[in-house]
Amino acid sequence: MTSDTLVAAAPAVPAAPHEFLHAQARWHWAEIAFWLATLLPFVLTPDYLALASQVAITALFALSLDLILGFSGIVSLGHAAYFGVGAYTAGLISVWGWGESLTGLVAAGLAAGIVGYITSFVIARFRHLALIMITLGFCLLLQEAANDANWLTGGFNGLQGVHTWKLLGTFEFDLYGYTAYAYALAALFLIFLLARRIIHSPFGLALRGIRENGARMPAIGAPTHSHIRTIYTIAAIIAGIAGAILTQTTETVSLEALGFQRSADVLVMLIVGGTGRLYGGLIGAAVYMVARDQFSGLNPQFWYFWIGLLLIAIVMFLPNGILGGLTSIAAYIKAKWAKAP
Amino acid sequence: MQKLLCGIAGFALALLGAGAANAQSSVKIGMINEYSGQFADTGAQIDHGVTLWMKQHGDTVAGKKIELVRKDTGGIAPDTAKRLAQEAIVRDHADILGAFSLTPNALAAADVSAQAKKFMVVMNAATSIITEKSPYIARTSSTTPQLNYTLGQWAAKNGIKTVYTMVSDYGPGIDAEVWFQKGFKDNGGQVVGSVRFPVANPDFSSFIQAAKDKNPDAIYIWIPGGAQPAAVGKALAERGIDTKKTKILGQDALASETALKSMGDIALGIISVSDYDYNHQSPMNQAFVKAYNDEFHRNPDFFSIGGYDGAHLIYAALEKTGGKADGDSLIAAAKGMSWESPRGPIMIDPQTRDIVQTVYIRRVEKVGNELRNVEFASFPNVKDPAHGAKK
Amino acid sequence: MLPALGVLFDGVAYGMLLFLMSVGLSVTLGMMNFVNLAHCSFAMLGGYVTVTLMNAAGWPFLATLPAAFVAGAAASVLLEHIFFSRFYNSNELNQCLLTIGIVFVSIAGAAYIYGTDQQPMQLPAYLQGSFNVGGVDLAIYRLFLIVVAALITAVLMATLESTRFGAQVRAAVNNQRMARGLGIDVDRLFAFTFALGGGLAGLGGGLAIPMLGLDPSFALTYLIYVLIVVAVGGLGSIAGSFVAAMLLGVADMAGKYYVPALGSVLIYLVMLVMIMWRPTGLFGRR
Repeated sequence: MTSDTLVAAAPAVPAAPHEFLHAQARWHWAEIAFWLATLLPFVLTPDYLALASQVAITALFALSLDLILGFSGIVSLGHAAYFGVGAYTAGLISVWGWGESLTGLVAAGLAAGIVGYITSFVIARFRHLALIMITLGFCLLLQEAANDANWLTGGFNGLQGVHTWKLLGTFEFDLYGYTAYAYALAALFLIFLLARRIIHSPFGLALRGIRENGARMPAIGAPTHSHIRTIYTIAAIIAGIAGAILTQTTETVSLEALGFQRSADVLVMLIVGGTGRLYGGLIGAAVYMVARDQFSGLNPQFWYFWIGLLLIAIVMFLPNGILGGLTSIAAYIKAKWAKAP
Repeated sequence: MQKLLCGIAGFALALLGAGAANAQSSVKIGMINEYSGQFADTGAQIDHGVTLWMKQHGDTVAGKKIELVRKDTGGIAPDTAKRLAQEAIVRDHADILGAFSLTPNALAAADVSAQAKKFMVVMNAATSIITEKSPYIARTSSTTPQLNYTLGQWAAKNGIKTVYTMVSDYGPGIDAEVWFQKGFKDNGGQVVGSVRFPVANPDFSSFIQAAKDKNPDAIYIWIPGGAQPAAVGKALAERGIDTKKTKILGQDALASETALKSMGDIALGIISVSDYDYNHQSPMNQAFVKAYNDEFHRNPDFFSIGGYDGAHLIYAALEKTGGKADGDSLIAAAKGMSWESPRGPIMIDPQTRDIVQTVYIRRVEKVGNELRNVEFASFPNVKDPAHGAKK
Repeated sequence: MLPALGVLFDGVAYGMLLFLMSVGLSVTLGMMNFVNLAHCSFAMLGGYVTVTLMNAAGWPFLATLPAAFVAGAAASVLLEHIFFSRFYNSNELNQCLLTIGIVFVSIAGAAYIYGTDQQPMQLPAYLQGSFNVGGVDLAIYRLFLIVVAALITAVLMATLESTRFGAQVRAAVNNQRMARGLGIDVDRLFAFTFALGGGLAGLGGGLAIPMLGLDPSFALTYLIYVLIVVAVGGLGSIAGSFVAAMLLGVADMAGKYYVPALGSVLIYLVMLVMIMWRPTGLFGRR
């Protein structure tokens, strides 16, 4: 069953492929409301801006995972590898003297993209458990290598001396986090637009086909391996950018940016939000991180317990993630309205 | 969904706002600590140390009520630690940051301390450079160079000519290796071999075997706490190391209470260096241990004392400033402060703001039916040798 | 040469331990395709049962091992009945999320009941120390581990090859639909196998304490190693898990002795090479 994005349902029988894509790509009012809501923390909860900026960064990371997992069916337990490469690249550039944010982002994205491109040749050839273990193994290896290269990465203590210049030359990264959140949110929005464009294109449709039945696609002329390599590289670039923003806004980067914990967390967040729906990663990141923050504040020793219960509850009652549940409710309401005279 | 979340957040903020109304007459300490995850036990001991002090001395100092705001980092997470420090200051109006068990977290939060000009007390993290990262940091625990240089020095001067070192391959372990070897070599010793093993290593037999092959006078082992000390003990026994012939040297975690319980009699003879053990024979410590046991039903350790003395420092500094809780006043008050702690006499160095204390060399012996660390040598007024020194 | 034999011996013992902890997951994953990431929680439960019985109730170590097995089996049956059976046909990601939720709850539960520090445990005197055989020190406990695991492996293989039950299991792993078509009650079979796997994990957890320690994060820390053994060995194959566990145990030990700088990297490298060479595992069928 193909998943749909948070967009008005396409006509039951699509008239022509291009019209189908155009219909899918129209902006739904809920989407506009969502993006307007992301501006609320500036006004309503300025004390939470530091958390908000980290949610935005994680949401961007989750979005990149959704592109490969939700839309292309590539299950990765090691996506943090690219996040980490981006994070360290941005950090190192700053330590070596160049602390400008936007060029740092580009460099980080490039570095992560190169690593992603090289690994994509291996990734494209495997599926199922083998793929999961290869992605996991690669990420673990990278983390070990980063620990060993502590002359470069700072090892366990983290990279010291990262200093980000004022954003665009004028905005200081303040204690409250106004600049950090604005920066992260802007990046998230722009890259989201790009991802949305990719998904609602013929290439995006091909990816969904590969997810549903990878063996069949070459029969209709879609170059599976090349598509997988492309989307994997794009996802790596986006993950790298997310990592760079984290480094730049917190002025710190350490080994856990590459860690298994980070890969596992983002996977959980994406599943919680709902895979293959573009907004799933964003919503999952927001829900999971805010829940964790609140549980942790209430009960620092045992918040694990509540988070575990939350996850179990979501799986049992919302099998398609939060977004899946919301779309079901919306469809149900629509059906009810349609019935009423 | 986003709206709902913001609504909830706004509501929570309103609740906190009600609490913040009392900000003028209270001083809040943001405890950036590990309450969950792998390091939860360390975090708990530090927290216990602080709460015991507060229980014994009341929660009011110089007319201000002291409140703890507990924040959980969950483990090694510098970005989270930095955010929590920011939130403690911005959201909870904390005047002081405390706890800090892990170096990466402390280093990240140091930036916040410097930017917001808040007094920060490091109660465990042991890497030297931490105090250099912000002019408002004071430390009440110990530093890795302080302890291990002293051990190396002692070893070289006490009949140990050759040593094989093995440490965990990450920041503190590497630090320990560098400074132990320095102390040892500076005093005439010879390092015949060294190895760094992976951090999460569960099995030490290969490494112990390699050490045994070189036949050194002593084997120096540095590991963090957790499951590893017991595994080391087992490996030593299995590989047939005779601790009377080949001395085993290490730092506090190798001979902690849990480690000794797990190792059993194999541990007899292990020589370790520390700033504190619950077995320290002084009336003040005996009272402290009894009070700690009454409250928490377990013995204090070197993590607890870091918390206990950290709280002492905060109280003493606030007394001296008459309740002024801004960073500049508190750090000025803290510099040069000295007092008698259950571990012995300690002082906050006025130049480096780091801890100056007595370092003890102990041996594991049987006391009654239990294995205890018995102190047999001590070095007073040891400063951290790394500050200002070129590595 | 002699130290190498010692290292080999240690590697085999470590491998045996990994095998005990992983075999259950391999079979259940292979048979029902159910991703049970909470598998190491059963191991952790077995460990805590052992420690509690020894420290609080004074049981001898050997007597606690069957109890650990029973605890693991009982917990598996309970969880399977309440949660897992609803998700057999669900997609793998949901199974992951469910079992991760259970892992979190189990970690918090263990921390609440036992606290967060290491559980101390003293082996009985007759299991401590080592034999010196021809210049090589062989640890008694590791010998014990190898003997126990070898016995269990023999029993498992015999069951699989020579009993009707074993034949049914093999059929269900090979082709579930066909097995159902032949009238084999796959669901009951699965519940039984799941219990067996959970029991073995519990036993492994109890045996692991002297070597790996025990604290609440055990459930997550060793999950990666177990997944590696299962993936390299092949889903649904006991022989595969055995060989993979041996390979990884020896590789890990040898790597640490001969090339310590590689550290834990060797185990991941070996895994990557093995999986790229045989994506379905050494003896896997899918």
